[in-house]
Amino acid sequence: MRRRLFFILPMLVLLALMGFFWRGLYLNPTIVSSPLIGKPVPDFSLSRLHNPKETFDQNQLKGQISLVNVWATWCVACRDEQQTLLVFSKQNVVPIYGLDYKDDRQSALQWLAERGNPYAAVAFDPIGNVAINWGVYGAPETFLIDVRGIIRYKYIGPITPAVIRNDLLPRIQALRREGT
Amino acid sequence: MRTWLLIGACLLLMVTRVAWAIDSEPPFSDPVMEHRYEHLLQEIRCLQCMDENIANSDAPLAADFRRQIHAMVAEGRSEQQIRQYMVNRYGDFVLYNPPLQASTWLLWTGPFLLLGIAILVVILVVRQRARMDEGREI
Repeated sequence: MRRRLFFILPMLVLLALMGFFWRGLYLNPTIVSSPLIGKPVPDFSLSRLHNPKETFDQNQLKGQISLVNVWATWCVACRDEQQTLLVFSKQNVVPIYGLDYKDDRQSALQWLAERGNPYAAVAFDPIGNVAINWGVYGAPETFLIDVRGIIRYKYIGPITPAVIRNDLLPRIQALRREGT
Repeated sequence: MRTWLLIGACLLLMVTRVAWAIDSEPPFSDPVMEHRYEHLLQEIRCLQCMDENIANSDAPLAADFRRQIHAMVAEGRSEQQIRQYMVNRYGDFVLYNPPLQASTWLLWTGPFLLLGIAILVVILVVRQRARMDEGREI
């Protein structure tokens, strides 16, 4: 009996380890889940990209379901994403707000003028301090904000039509049903 | 001789490179603050490069983290407060040393558990062999 345990125990340990490693193969280590989900949007105040004299703050994100998309002209993945966002913005499902992250105002304005502007408004964060407050560690990142201004979901990486279909729309509809 | 010089030069370069990364902010005149700042740079992970702390990383995000932490140290916040600030926004993963809690106990105790099992197995094997040897003598 004890002899058999000798063989079984290391085997079990090995199997358990293999289970962890197997799972690890399919995890994406570059996606770090945000502790801010379920918390109110952090307080901030930034100048708007198009109108530097006006500010954009957390109060603008209350009263409706919205998306906040972190982007920049230096971000290559944002290029493809922008086309998807343009199509989505025309469907008028929810307003999309932009957070222009560590960017140059002139190139950002030019980029939107040339490629089209999917954003209801763009907050301009040239230093990236507000982005740190939001737990941003790259671009693109997209936050789903509910009516009370609470972060409900965060998508890391470029938005594609499939992401809208499978990740964003079902959550937006669930928030609508929630009615809060 | 030449190889040694080359190796020495490379090592020197490595040292200066780290110094460049840190020197983006002016040093604190207060040694306590300076120590707090340096210590936090070692402890906070650069999430853009994953396997580097922000003291050693050249990534723009690491520079932003350093600037943010420098400002918070200058405000007089404690090390614990600053660590909590980062964890509240980026989660435990932002710390190089994960905290001991319900979800990480296996991570901390796992190696010792495995070592314990291994020692147990060795003891049992040795005992059994000893018993077999005794049997042969009789």
